Order: sequence, then C-alpha cells, then structure tokens
Amino acid sequence: MSNEVSPPVPLVAAPSTARMGRFAEFWFYFSVNKGAVIGLTVLAFLVLVAVLGPLIAPHAPYEQYREALLTPPAWQEGGNSNFLLGTDAVGRDLLSRLIYGARFSLFIGLIVVAISMVTGVILGVLAGYFRGWVDALIMRIMDIILAFPPLLLALVLVAILGPGLFNAMIAIALVLQPHFARLTRAAVMSEKNREYVIAAKLAGAGHIRLMFKTILPNCLAPLIVQGTLSFSNAILEAAALGFLGMGAQPPTPEWGTMLAEAREFILRAWWVVTFPGLAILITVLAINLVGDGLRDALDPKLKRS
Amino acid sequence: MSEIVLEGRNIVRDYHVAGGLFGKAKTVRAVKGVSFTLEKGKTLAIVGESGCGKSTLGRILTLIDPQSEGELLIDGKPINIAKDRVTPEMRRKVQIIFQNPYGSLNPRQKIGEVLGEPLLLNTNKTAAERRELAMQMLVKVGLGPEHYNRYPHMFSGGQRQRIAIARALMLSPSLLVLDEPVSALDLSVQAQVLNLLADLQDEFNLTYVFISHDLSVVRYIADEVMVMYYGEVVEYGTREEVFSNPQHSYTKTLFAATPKSDVASIKARLEKKKAAA
Amino acid sequence: MTKLLEIKNLSVGFDTSSGQFMAVQGIDLSVDAREVLAIVGESGSGKSVAMLAVMGLLPKTATVTADIMTFNGHDMLTMTSKQRREIVGRDVAMIFQEPMASLNPCFTVGFQLEEVLRFHMKMDGKARRKRAIELLELVGIPTPAERLNSFPHQMSGGQCQRVMIAIAIACNPKLLIADEPTTALDVTIQKQILDLLVKLQAEHGMGLIMITHDMGVVAETADRVIVQYKGRKMEEADVLSLFESPKSPYTRALLSALPENATGDRLSTVADFMKNEAANAGVAP
Repeated sequence: MSNEVSPPVPLVAAPSTARMGRFAEFWFYFSVNKGAVIGLTVLAFLVLVAVLGPLIAPHAPYEQYREALLTPPAWQEGGNSNFLLGTDAVGRDLLSRLIYGARFSLFIGLIVVAISMVTGVILGVLAGYFRGWVDALIMRIMDIILAFPPLLLALVLVAILGPGLFNAMIAIALVLQPHFARLTRAAVMSEKNREYVIAAKLAGAGHIRLMFKTILPNCLAPLIVQGTLSFSNAILEAAALGFLGMGAQPPTPEWGTMLAEAREFILRAWWVVTFPGLAILITVLAINLVGDGLRDALDPKLKRS
Repeated sequence: MSEIVLEGRNIVRDYHVAGGLFGKAKTVRAVKGVSFTLEKGKTLAIVGESGCGKSTLGRILTLIDPQSEGELLIDGKPINIAKDRVTPEMRRKVQIIFQNPYGSLNPRQKIGEVLGEPLLLNTNKTAAERRELAMQMLVKVGLGPEHYNRYPHMFSGGQRQRIAIARALMLSPSLLVLDEPVSALDLSVQAQVLNLLADLQDEFNLTYVFISHDLSVVRYIADEVMVMYYGEVVEYGTREEVFSNPQHSYTKTLFAATPKSDVASIKARLEKKKAAA
Repeated sequence: MTKLLEIKNLSVGFDTSSGQFMAVQGIDLSVDAREVLAIVGESGSGKSVAMLAVMGLLPKTATVTADIMTFNGHDMLTMTSKQRREIVGRDVAMIFQEPMASLNPCFTVGFQLEEVLRFHMKMDGKARRKRAIELLELVGIPTPAERLNSFPHQMSGGQCQRVMIAIAIACNPKLLIADEPTTALDVTIQKQILDLLVKLQAEHGMGLIMITHDMGVVAETADRVIVQYKGRKMEEADVLSLFESPKSPYTRALLSALPENATGDRLSTVADFMKNEAANAGVAP
C-alpha cells in the first residue's frame, strides 16, 4: 500500500513553518485590500505614538502655560513653534494632550473589547451549544439590551454607576457584548453538527471540552473581525460619553473629554475642537479599514480560490 | 457459529417535526422496524438511496442517536441511550467513519492530537505512550510518523480518510460503522482505502457495517447485504443471494440503474444508437 | 463535418498565494455537432476548468491562453464580453453538479425558465408561457403547467436537475456542457437524467460535452472520450476502444481500480499501476 498518487499541497516539515505558511496566506489575502494596509500602517503608527508617549510629547499633558492661552497652531499667524498644534483655554499643549489621549483611547478599546468578548463569547457558546431554555433565556436578555439605543443605555448605566472612565468602559462593554454573543451563537450552531464534533463526542469528550476546545477555535475568524470593529465602536462611544461629561473626567486628556472642554471656543479657536475630532476620526477609520481587511482575509465565504 | 457482535431487533426511529404557525406537528418514521444480526469479522452492507434511513440507522448503531423503539444489542448486551448513560466501555466498542473526509477532522487540531484525544479521554496513558500508539497507528493506515505534527488541511481527501480510520481504531473497537467512507473520494484513492479497510479487518478481526449507495463497492466488500427503501428493509441476505437473485422489485430497479461499463454493454448501446439514427 | 467547438493548446493558470498554479496545460479538444464527448478525470484534473474557460466563467485571477478557440466559426479569443454573453446561454448552455444550488431559491421555476426565453429569444409573455410548459414536458416533469409556479425547494433534486436541463435547452443550443450532472443524484435518478440528456441530444442534434469522474457514466453516454490527469490530456479515443484496449497507462489504471473489475481479493490502485509502468519502462518512479 503506497501513498496517494497526488501528493497533497506542499508538505511542510515542521509546525512552525506551517504556521508561517498560514500567515503568508493570510497576508496574501489581507494585502489585496489596499485600504486595509493603509489602515494597518496608521494603526501601527498610533500604537507606537501611544507607547512612546512620554518620550515624544514636547510637554507634560497637564502643564498649563498661563502666558500662552489659546495659542493658534504654529503655521498660523500668532502661532508659536513651541506649541505645534496650539494650546487650549488653560494653556496646555494640544499636541502633547493628543499623544497622551491616544494611550487612553487604545487602552479603552482594548479593555472594552476584552470584557465584552469574553462575556459575549461564553454566553454565546452556552446558548448555541445547549439551545433550549438556556438559549432562550440568554438570547432574550441580549435582545433586551439590543433594543435600547446603545449610547442611551451606556448613559443610564454610567448614571447608576457614577461617572468616570472605568465605569464608562464597563457600560460600553455591556452594550457591545450582545453582538459577540449573537455572533458566537450563530457560529457555534453551525459548527455543532459538523462531523468532527460528533467524532470528538464519540471519542468521549465532555460538554466543556466540546464547547471550548473543539468548537470554539473554529468560530474565531468572525469574532476577530467583530473584535476590531467593536474596538473602534468602543473608542467612539467612550468619546461620546466623555463629551457628555459622563466618561473620563477633566483634566484627563481623553479625546472626547477634550472636545467637551473646548465646546465654548468652537467659534473663537477652531483648533481646540478640530484636532481631537480629527484624531478620533482617523483612529476609528483606520481600525475599521483593518477590520474590513481582516474580514476579507479570514472569512472563508469571501475567499477567492 | 461464531459470536454475534451486533444485533438489532425491530429498531424504529421517529423524528418529530415541530408544527409551525400553520402546520401541525408531524411524526416521520425514518426507520421502520429493522432486524438483523451480524457475526464477528463480517461485513454487513446497508444499501439504499438518499432518504431511505440508512444513515439514521448508522447513527443509532453508533450510539449517537437513540432508537425510538426496538432493541439494540452490542456484544449481547442491550443498550438504549435514551434511557441509560453510555459507559466508556460501550463507547469504545463502536466507532464511526463519515463520508466527508473534509468535515470529519477538526481543522484546528494537529493529527497527533486527533489520534491522541480518544486515549486522553478514555485511558490513563501518559503523553509519551499516547504519542507512541498514535505513531504506530499512522504507520498501520499507510501514513508515516512524520505526519504526526501536521494539520488536516495539508492532506488530500484519501489521506484524511486514512486519518479518520486511524482515529476510529485508536480505542480498538470491535465494530466499525462506515457511512459512505469512499463516495467522496476519487476512483484511484477509493481503491486504496477499500484495500486498507480489508487489510485492517483481517488484522484486527473487525466487524463492519458498511453504508453505501454504490452497488459495485458493496459487491466487492460485503458479506451480507441489506437493501433499504423508505425506512424498510426490502431485501436482506448474503451477497451471493442478493446479487444473483434479487427478490424485491426495488432491488431489481437499483441493479438496472447502475451504469455498466463492460465492453459488451457499451457495444449494445452503440448498436442501439446506430439503429435509431 | 465542421467542428462545432475547436480548441487548440488551451492553458489556464491561477494566481494563488504560492505563485501561479497551472490547472490546464496544453489541451486540444474538439466537438462535432451531434456528438457526445466525455471528459473524464479525477478531482484536480482540470476537466471543469477547461470548459469554464470556454464559457468565460472563470474568476479574474485566471489567465487563459490558447492558439485556437472557435465555436461555430466564431473566434472566442478575440470576442468582446458582450458578444460572448450573446452566445453563452443561447448557443452554448451549461448545467452543473448541484441542481439545488443552480436554481435561485427566491423565484419560481417558471419565472427562471421564462427569464431565459425573454433575454435570449425576445418572446412575449404568452409565447413564453407556452414554450415553458413545452420545455418542462420535454424534460419529463409531470403536470408542467402547475409546476411552473413551484419554488425550487418544493421539488426533489432530480426534478431540479430536469428544470436546469429545460433552462439549458430553452434556446435550442448547439452545444450543451454538462458538468457532473448526476454526481449529486441517486443511481435510479442518475439513470433517468442520463437517458434524458442522451435523448435530447439525439433529438435536437446538439453537441454534448459530459464532464465526469465516473467511468460508468462515460460508458453509458459517450461517443468519444478524453481522459485528463493533472491538467494534461492522457488519452483520446472512441468509447469502445477506450474500454476495450486503453492505450495510456493511466486509463488502464483507472479501469482496473473499478471495484467491478476486481480480480481476487485486492483492488489494483492507480499508484501500483503507475509504479509498475515506471518499472517496466526502466524509469525510477
């Protein structure tokens, strides 16, 4: 008995090279989408800025230069090369605050996605695996959460918990989490009846093993995509809560909070509102582009042969 | 008379179709009272077209679904998974191999883990022992130890089916249910897998239940043949009896519909065509 | 007799993450009107890809090259996509493996059938209806007038394939390409569909290309056979001489791997066969 006539796709020797091959394939599909590559570049730059914040920021974010209130950006008349993007109403350097703000925004995104993903995935797996009343109970609660306008619900939660960045993050996580639960449930339901799951059951695997070791790893692709998109959502909502005074509290250099503080100067000093706004726009756009690219690369349905 | 591994007594399986907004709830009887006995080391082929209940019966025999009525005996012990828990010993006796080699292996699991999992869950063997056994099994099914660390997507359909067979044999079952094991494979690979199955049957004294719609394969591999039609057994006997002297009209239709590739029938067809033109 | 479809030196390549993959390499192929040609091969032999290239149905990642590709006197290589669209569907029609997936589940059978007639034949409503009923009758669907209002999911796989055939022959095509038309069907249904295809082919004087992996289907339908392996043509012969005295070692191996041709306990496999051939020729495998 010899081997098959046609040897399978290039046989790779070690698992590490196999993983490299898989990454190469992923990158091939990802790089087809030019927008995604641009998004990834911008995002990488933002992460770098956030990590190196204290080193590259020209000033401390809280330091107030009383002699330079509302200085316009450097290239404008009356600008000061010391404050590249100008200063705000109490004389703090806008550029430095934006750099520190990047840390907050990325941190918020990370924590919110982590919390909502973990809870959402667990609930979704339980609902999709057991069906029946477990499914009905979990999904009806998710439906109730989804029935509220997300920002409004987050506001109510923050009102109950008390304003603050941490409570805002929990509120946003709770609002975003049903999306993960629904997505996981759908993926689990379609994987659950696949033959390899039945085979694992026949091998003697219990419920927990089937749920989290056998089924869940095969549902990850759409979850990763949803995770990136939620990341930008979380940043947006945190900014919105900050703008409404319910998120990060002044003088924290969070972008939304900065916008809120600058509200009264919109007409007099355009830069205090424009730059934080732009920062939010660019970040969210970049992450969404990456999310789209990930979807193209990971979703087997869209994959071209 | 050698020992009887598998016995079915009047096995019935009903599916309840829940009533929708307008429809009433219905009961569909997929398997209507099937009885049979199977001796150790023999192959029983279950033949029929899609929807005839042959796969449903296969799932009952593999203890995946419970029977609605009737008795199922494995090694002489009656079992009904609707009532009693399946013990690990019972589980180990019956294993299944599915039709689609692409769906039956977890894409995120290395071959080594695929083969080691049944041992990990059912025995107290150490990691090293499991590894050793898995490697041996890989060689037995015509693959090599170098395949241990690879993922399923790196294998062709025929190789995957070999891996599925290896996994099923890890717990040394006495009964193997083969649900259309070669119908998704190319002709040349099909021959290899059928040869492998025959070799393994000899080596481990395995008993096969071979579910198939392909009569030429059945004729090659089966000792006994059972033809099913709409959940009922319309013909049951040894291979020679069924193939040389089919009794039921459905069996005859089935034989008549099977494409013939011998030279004589091609000649006859071409003659007929020439006459018509 | 003029060639209906003539192809010389057709190659098709795909761009993939690991470089270009040649699915078809230098295939010559021709079909006469009123002829049944079977292209037989295992998965990955490029048998479907060659025909999809003729139909212009390949994705953008594919590159198609050929010396000659003519259909009924038209040069398919220099044709604009508009001209191609007019020919494909009217003069060349294709049916696929999965009948359920080939029909749009949102529309009735009648609507999908009449759509083809409207697009290619420019018939008015009444004439379309009449022709649609005729066609369903032709492919052997009982009570065709009622069946026009059925949705695909209300019909069996065999009936869906009959409807697909009706759609394919709606415009009296000169060439019908059937890509594994019976692989998803039961044996008894397969027999009926094959008989139907051969009957229609004879009655309408069409050329018919059967793409299949099943030697039985070849034996039951074909006049002439092309055996393909890994994108190359292994053998071309009329059906009788192919089964009687196959020339290429690969064909011989395929035939001996059929379970009904088993001699003794073991099936000979293609791999064994290739090895023996190589040994006989004095070349290392």
